[in-house]
Amino acid sequence: MNRQAQAAVLLLTGGAILHTGLTDLYLRYVKAGLRPLLLAAGVVLIATAVATVWYDYRGVRAESVTGTEPGTESVTGVESGAVTGTGPHTHREPRVAWLLVLPLLALVLVAPPALGSYSAMRTGTALQEQPWGFEDLPPGNTVRLSLVDYAGRAAYDHGRSLEDRRIRTAGLVAVGDDGTPYLVRMALSCCAADAQPVKIGLTGRTPPVLRPDTWLEVTGTYTAKRTRDPVNDGIIPFLAVTEAKPVSAPRDPYDESWNG
Amino acid sequence: MTTTDTAPPGVEDREPDEPREQGSSGDPKGWQFNSPLVLTMLLLAGVVLQDPLRGALSAPVMQSWMTVFVAVMVQALPFLVLGVLLSAVIAVFVPPSFFARALPRKPALAVPVAGMAGAVLPGCECASVPVAGALVRRGVTPAAALAFLLSAPAINPIVLTATAVAFPGEPRMVLARFVASLLVACAMGWLWQRLGRTDWLRPPDRPSSEGLGKGAAFWGSVRHDVMHAGGFLVVGAMVAATLKAVVPADWLGHAAGNPVVSVLVLAVLAVLLSICSEADAFVAGSLTQFSLTARLAFLVVGPMIDLKLFAMQTATFGRGFALRFAPATFTLAVLVSSLVGAVLL
Repeated sequence: MNRQAQAAVLLLTGGAILHTGLTDLYLRYVKAGLRPLLLAAGVVLIATAVATVWYDYRGVRAESVTGTEPGTESVTGVESGAVTGTGPHTHREPRVAWLLVLPLLALVLVAPPALGSYSAMRTGTALQEQPWGFEDLPPGNTVRLSLVDYAGRAAYDHGRSLEDRRIRTAGLVAVGDDGTPYLVRMALSCCAADAQPVKIGLTGRTPPVLRPDTWLEVTGTYTAKRTRDPVNDGIIPFLAVTEAKPVSAPRDPYDESWNG
Repeated sequence: MTTTDTAPPGVEDREPDEPREQGSSGDPKGWQFNSPLVLTMLLLAGVVLQDPLRGALSAPVMQSWMTVFVAVMVQALPFLVLGVLLSAVIAVFVPPSFFARALPRKPALAVPVAGMAGAVLPGCECASVPVAGALVRRGVTPAAALAFLLSAPAINPIVLTATAVAFPGEPRMVLARFVASLLVACAMGWLWQRLGRTDWLRPPDRPSSEGLGKGAAFWGSVRHDVMHAGGFLVVGAMVAATLKAVVPADWLGHAAGNPVVSVLVLAVLAVLLSICSEADAFVAGSLTQFSLTARLAFLVVGPMIDLKLFAMQTATFGRGFALRFAPATFTLAVLVSSLVGAVLL
């Protein structure tokens, strides 16, 4: 890949990173806290592209001033007067750089969705016991809790801190091999490569048709029913559903409460 | 590597033409390889074939592969850029005499000093590879630069804080990670000093920056490193995405029972998953069926050697080096973390 093409790839990659950072697209792939770094990286990449073109242009001008023939080869990327030698010793630009086109195409043209039920059902539930106990619920008859919070209280506190109240929570639908409906939230600590699901089972008045990967807001009460995740033997608590309605996916599809 | 089939079609077979564009003038025989043209064609083809591509990629396996692939790239690029900028600063603005003064003259002493210095590079492993490469080129003794390379991603404050958060109630885990990582880094440095040969270290050719202004040299170094290490990062990201999307997770459960097997399994898993060192603690925290020692091995091995790092080390130091260095690091990291785990955990 010669310098002009490299400049183009750098420019496009920087632009794509800026685009992901400036829209909510980046939340599909990385944690929210990475945004300033993404924007900075995008700016640096674009600056590198501009600098590459600029120094090439100056190199070509310098060559034409000193009388070197400014042939087509100079334009398409000679080492601007710094060629270390001739013949076999000329430095070859990195060939592996062509691979950078792949993530660029994937990000710009496909923009793959956030991880969903497929990954969730292949990975064991990541519910962990919290040693510092559970805070009291806010007042009110119906309490809105994150799915991870409900799962923790139901699994490790046996629902004691839930005080028989109505719980409202949201997550994406996944269906187990045996047909059990689950509500899942993918929890993430850095990027989607380390995302892990927290699952709760749905029982009671679940909707008759459940499409995997759609988002559902359910209202219900604690139930002592629980099961074990077949993948890693983790606890999957259940929620006795009284009401369920489809909702749109939240802005940040991942639960980031582990990031503190 | 298994990447040639996924490489942009029609590029590999024309590579032999590539050098012609670079210097030797006026050789008009045959088709001239013209990278801007090929790049334009590639991008155009991508845009035109957008819909069929999306259709082919709509299977859940492919989608989750793509998501993890893009996620690893998006997550690693800022740290790669940070490392590349630092490495360009070292290469262009810091005179070699600075390191001669900052580090002890005796390599045996320089190794632990450089290892401890790793604590100040706030980033993950993607940043430390280009920086270590620049240190070697700047005349730092390779043993010390390698100790820095291994310790920096594991013992910096961000990573240690993440470890403390991921292992609530187990503060000894943070200490064990710090001690084991630093021990392995220093041991590898000393090992290199005794057994290492400089001809193994064969960094690939770089454009010479002699005769260039500081600005041109700086940006030339940034461009080269981003393109070069970035390309290898793509290789690592593809392999990691394949493992995450294709290999089932439940076989892990079978290995947790045996203490020796579980350490080895998690060490291998750390290599395969190639998770950023700032996030691996959270994954280790959720592997609750494994012993703390096995999880310590996961945390010590991961930042030092994984698929993504191996690809980047090959890029920076040459294949002969990476092929020797990686297995040695792996073995030593497993042994040391087992020992430290037995003592501390």
